[in-house]
Amino acid sequence: MKHTIKELEDIASQIRRDIVRMVHGCQSGHPGASLGCTDFFTALYFEVLNHKTDFTMEGAGEDLFFLSNGHISPVWYSTLAHAGYFDKSELATFRKLDSRLQGHPTTHEHLPGIRIASGSLGQGLSVAIGAALAKKLNGDKSLIFALLGDGELQEGQNWEAAMFAPFNKVDHLIASVDYNGQQIDGPTSKVLALDDLQAKFEAFGWHVINTDGNDMQAIVEGLHYAKTLTGKGKPILNLMSTQMGAGVDYMMGTHKWHGTAPNDEQLAAALAQLPETLGDY
Amino acid sequence: MKKYTYTEKKDTRSGFGAGLHEAGKKNENVVALCADLVGSLKMDAFIKDFPERFTQVGIAEANMIGIAAGMTIGGKIPFTGTFANFSTGRVYDQIRQSVAYSNKNVKICASHAGLTLGEDGATHQILEDIGLMKMLPGMVVINPCDYNQTKAATIAIAEYEGPVYLRFGRPVIPVFTDPDQKFEIGKAWMVNEGTDVTIIATGHMVWKAIEAGEKLAELGIDAEIINIHTIKPLDDEAILKSVKKTGCVVTCEEHNKFGGLGESVARLLTTELPTPQEFVATNDTFGESGTPDQLMSKYGLDAVNIVEAVQKVIGRKK
Repeated sequence: MKHTIKELEDIASQIRRDIVRMVHGCQSGHPGASLGCTDFFTALYFEVLNHKTDFTMEGAGEDLFFLSNGHISPVWYSTLAHAGYFDKSELATFRKLDSRLQGHPTTHEHLPGIRIASGSLGQGLSVAIGAALAKKLNGDKSLIFALLGDGELQEGQNWEAAMFAPFNKVDHLIASVDYNGQQIDGPTSKVLALDDLQAKFEAFGWHVINTDGNDMQAIVEGLHYAKTLTGKGKPILNLMSTQMGAGVDYMMGTHKWHGTAPNDEQLAAALAQLPETLGDY
Repeated sequence: MKKYTYTEKKDTRSGFGAGLHEAGKKNENVVALCADLVGSLKMDAFIKDFPERFTQVGIAEANMIGIAAGMTIGGKIPFTGTFANFSTGRVYDQIRQSVAYSNKNVKICASHAGLTLGEDGATHQILEDIGLMKMLPGMVVINPCDYNQTKAATIAIAEYEGPVYLRFGRPVIPVFTDPDQKFEIGKAWMVNEGTDVTIIATGHMVWKAIEAGEKLAELGIDAEIINIHTIKPLDDEAILKSVKKTGCVVTCEEHNKFGGLGESVARLLTTELPTPQEFVATNDTFGESGTPDQLMSKYGLDAVNIVEAVQKVIGRKK
């Protein structure tokens, strides 16, 4: 372990503060699933991923991460800043004119850490597979990580990719699903039920593991365990249960904070629950 | 009128296959992907010599575009292959976000474009693809005119850094360009110098423009014929230079006149040098089943249609 669980939880607390402040600062963005995935991002970038903050597009010899559900950009931007990709002061520009921190992640403004645009849903798994194939051709044994939203799995392209990866033994790929059960129009169970995702991915030929995405110890251990499963002929799917809005009580357990910004009073209530640990931007 | 002859007829898709094989030999980063149309895209030679650099994705074009975009991150130069309809309309958003907006070095190679796909009918005969692709910021759009030019274009785009749409076709047509030509992206080819009218043609319509030029010469009309193989970026300079001399223009393409080469030329001329223009193109319509020749005739894409358009546009000159 590079960090103790307590240290990772402290980082996560700061990232959560950043998320609500960033979304409040421009009065737009997606706090719900950003908060829900904060523990995953912290574990990934501060514990699991073999990466350099001296960014190159190719990332030769490094593990690469792809975010398919690009709307949770606040958590990614804050994580990248605290990991050292760019100065945290830039977080104040989120979603504002002339910023590199666009509403959805993009390479267009050359923000270090981003390798492809995402936002229009359902495309990230295919891109991650392509990056994995290139690594293999280059004799690079590094891993590819991806994060997908659960509602996003309603997009058909995911299932094209889900069929491709096991058949082609893309076994250095760890895809996680943010399984929070919520989407814009309500619970996924009401909008278009995902039903038994584990059985579905297993039927496609994936090795599926289950983790608690809001328990730091569990997510660190789960991702380390996933790494031990690579190189065995199957892609790995981490079905990661999370709570949308995790860490801010009034945002939890509802889809209402999917894409809504807090007002001043709500911001204060959120920050009161999230200790400042690394210094606000 | 300069004399053009040919000794054989070949399909432009075979030019693509030969060019892909050649590009693969030149650069080990060239990789190919196909969505269950290997034979139609003539990828066999590449696959035989570089099996580890070929990816069969099955009938899953969206996934193919995403995978290709991802492969560029590892320094690869992916060539995706399927029919033009499935290369563009079917995967427009994947191309827009993962390739164009992300500025990925993907070569989208599209066969069976236009009416000359023939008997399969309108579901497969895309006449809107040039428009779709030229609207994407940063996308290069190329529609070569014969086997040799398609082969040269394929080799050239492998050496160009950035997203490219390469459009070619199914039928065998005369091979009349130089087999050793150097293909320069964005540079028009002067097919015939003339003074009375500028005929600007792309793809399969270039040979028809040459046939039309011969008929016009018999009628005493001296036509300048320019091959625009690169619709974007457009060779503004070559077009303006020619039109300044001739004072009128006819554009020819196997594509809807809405959104095609003709509109690109009109946009240029409207702002720089307002000029009478006629369009030889399909007119806001879908195609149908038939032989390529029957369809080109029925939808007004023959040499005779070019001759008529020239006579009309010359009559509009002030």
